Amino acid sequence: MARKFLSGNEAFAEGIRLAGPQVISAYPITPQTIVVERLSEMVEEGSLSAEFIHVESEHSALSCAIGASAVGARAFTATSSQGLLYMAECLTYASGGRFPIVMMNANRSTALPWNIYGDQRDSISLLDSGWIQCYVENAQEALDLALMSYYIAEKKEVSTPFMVNLDGFVLTHTYEVTDVPEKEQADAFLPGYETENKLDPDHPRNLGFSVGPEHNMAFKYKEHLGILHAKEAVREAEERFAQIFGRQYTGLVEAYRTEDASFVLITLGSIAGLVRETVDRLRERGEKVGLLRIRYLRPFPNKEIAEVLGNVRAAAVLEKDISFGNEGTVFSNVNSALHKAGIPVPVSGYIGGLGGRNISSEEIEGIFEDLKSEKRKTMFLGLGGEGEWV
Amino acid sequence: MKPYLRDRIPETLAELPDATAYEAGYLVTKNAGWRSSRPVIHQETCRGCLKCYLYCPEGVIFQDGGKVKIDYDFCKGCGICRKICRFGAIEMEEEK
Amino acid sequence: MGINVKTLCKDEFFYGHKACAGCGGSLAVRIALKVLGERSFAVLPAGCMSAVGFNFPQLCFGNNAVISTFAGTASMLTGIEAGLRAQGIRDFQAVGFAGDGGTADIGLQALSGAIDRNDDILYICYDNEAYMNTGIQKSSLTPFGARTTTTPAGKNIRGNLRPKKNMFEIVAAHGIPYAATASIGDLNDFMEKVEKASRIKGTKYIHVIAPCPTGWGIAPDETVEVAKEALDCGLWYLAEYEEGSGMTLNYRPGTFASVEHYLKRQGRFRHLTGDDIDIINHSRDVKWKLIEKNLGE
Repeated sequence: MARKFLSGNEAFAEGIRLAGPQVISAYPITPQTIVVERLSEMVEEGSLSAEFIHVESEHSALSCAIGASAVGARAFTATSSQGLLYMAECLTYASGGRFPIVMMNANRSTALPWNIYGDQRDSISLLDSGWIQCYVENAQEALDLALMSYYIAEKKEVSTPFMVNLDGFVLTHTYEVTDVPEKEQADAFLPGYETENKLDPDHPRNLGFSVGPEHNMAFKYKEHLGILHAKEAVREAEERFAQIFGRQYTGLVEAYRTEDASFVLITLGSIAGLVRETVDRLRERGEKVGLLRIRYLRPFPNKEIAEVLGNVRAAAVLEKDISFGNEGTVFSNVNSALHKAGIPVPVSGYIGGLGGRNISSEEIEGIFEDLKSEKRKTMFLGLGGEGEWV
Repeated sequence: MKPYLRDRIPETLAELPDATAYEAGYLVTKNAGWRSSRPVIHQETCRGCLKCYLYCPEGVIFQDGGKVKIDYDFCKGCGICRKICRFGAIEMEEEK
Repeated sequence: MGINVKTLCKDEFFYGHKACAGCGGSLAVRIALKVLGERSFAVLPAGCMSAVGFNFPQLCFGNNAVISTFAGTASMLTGIEAGLRAQGIRDFQAVGFAGDGGTADIGLQALSGAIDRNDDILYICYDNEAYMNTGIQKSSLTPFGARTTTTPAGKNIRGNLRPKKNMFEIVAAHGIPYAATASIGDLNDFMEKVEKASRIKGTKYIHVIAPCPTGWGIAPDETVEVAKEALDCGLWYLAEYEEGSGMTLNYRPGTFASVEHYLKRQGRFRHLTGDDIDIINHSRDVKWKLIEKNLGE
């Protein structure tokens, strides 16, 4: 193991090197570009033995990865924002075909207006595309997820593509000291990809076919079961990961100081770091506050969220996303989880950080302050729009 | 080797594949019903040049023991074979 | 010895499909796969041949085959080729079969990318000159004057106003190792080209004219002879481009057969006036002058 000073992008690239995809197809886009640059260098220097395909678009990036996966090769691609939207057609293709491709998405605002900075509207707008969606907080988690994502996606009962989301710039371009495992450790963790869902010279198959109304829904049902199986696969992967690498992750969510908390802020991605610091500061003042970081938006941690929020007085969701004409999508999902569990906790929805707008510790404190009223509130952080959006 | 008719049609959830992947060349229906007329090869006129076999969009014409035959399960009766035959060895007969 | 009907593989790889009777596209796919053999990995985008060949559980390809996205024929071929090679699998042919819309319209960018990378794939465009699978809409390979459902022939406009995009030369301009035009009206020529392409490393492109009885308004038994007539009247031509040696013409009619006869036997052209046919004759002559110029004659 080596300790290196790496940006989120670089850490992820190191993780991909260790996972050893056989085909990488990618198209550059800010702020993802450094990942594909590093991977190109690794291929050039020989530390990564992969076919690096310089595709002419994101649509082709994912289409090419699907082709590689369709012959049983481990495939990787990376994108961001407009690029993710451009490949949207291929997202449902990959999930419907049950191809366990891993993609890194550098979360970035979507045009218009043009903006290269981070928010999560790109990936969250594609939440229903059938991919596992994980949101990491720091460079170490990014590297570790590069390895774990393949383990989870490639489990036979899962067979679902995996999108690892890193906040653009805030995480992709920020340097942190990161443990980079040895290749031997990585190989011990991650077995080779074996599947029968492939074109095979020895057993010819027809793939990606049409299915009429009679059986189409059965295929969709199986696809849904597949992504739900990822919950168990995440647990298994993290247990195995801890045994080999000594780092323990916490499943679909990470609860921080929530055991006795009265007020909990729910968020995802790198902003969780600032929320954690704010929680610590408020705790020093004796305030019973906590953080619930959602790590996986799909499969959605309904049960885990309900468990953490069962005894709180109020909670808020802070997300870098808005479903125009309704509310934040994470907020909708959290409310649904609580409603299904019969938990009547008032939950507020805060939209923040769109287009890279800064979220300050004071604003986070302000959310915790608002929660004390135990009233539902929805607003654009720092702008207004207060009220119940009903 | 060619795709051929199978006895088993996957129906139940357990029989359906988990992914959109299945054995190549798996046929469960014929195309015979599409025909309004059928090509008939007059063996005495046929020279075995196989031009009809080459130009058949369905690939249903084949040679068997020196004779040129047609797989009527999958022939759609398009009549290209009749037109392409230089020897007039193929005639179209109305399906009854 | 060249490939011919006697040496052609007896196996059938595209069988039991649901294409219209007399479909030219299905003939092109069938013959190409017989030339390429059982170790072909075929990619077919959304379009006629995927619609008629992959209706689970009726799966009509005997070899490995997959449907790609409409725009993704070439990019998926790239992935398949790279994925197989990365696993040490050799001796296979990644081959794509896309229609005119899937090639010259929505799939052109990905095809250009693959040629630029010189990926070791064979891309075959079966050109039936319109979006036939959706019911005969104009593509950029629909010829001038043709009636389609989106270029209706009426009082004000007589069918499609634009000439056919020249895919062969667009592809050749990339400096591709091998490109060819072909026709289902001359399968010996087509077979030879497919066979030749399979022996060349890098990207190969074959553009095969494949009449569609439904969309062209001809009888199912006329597909092959209409394709042949297009060659004889000079509205289509058989040529090859090879990196280094440039373009070769494979067939030159002594005198052109009647363009009018070719057009008027097809429902899609039946509305054309004498003036329209003059325009088509003129553009045919201009085209052939350019061909001769390109050949340095």
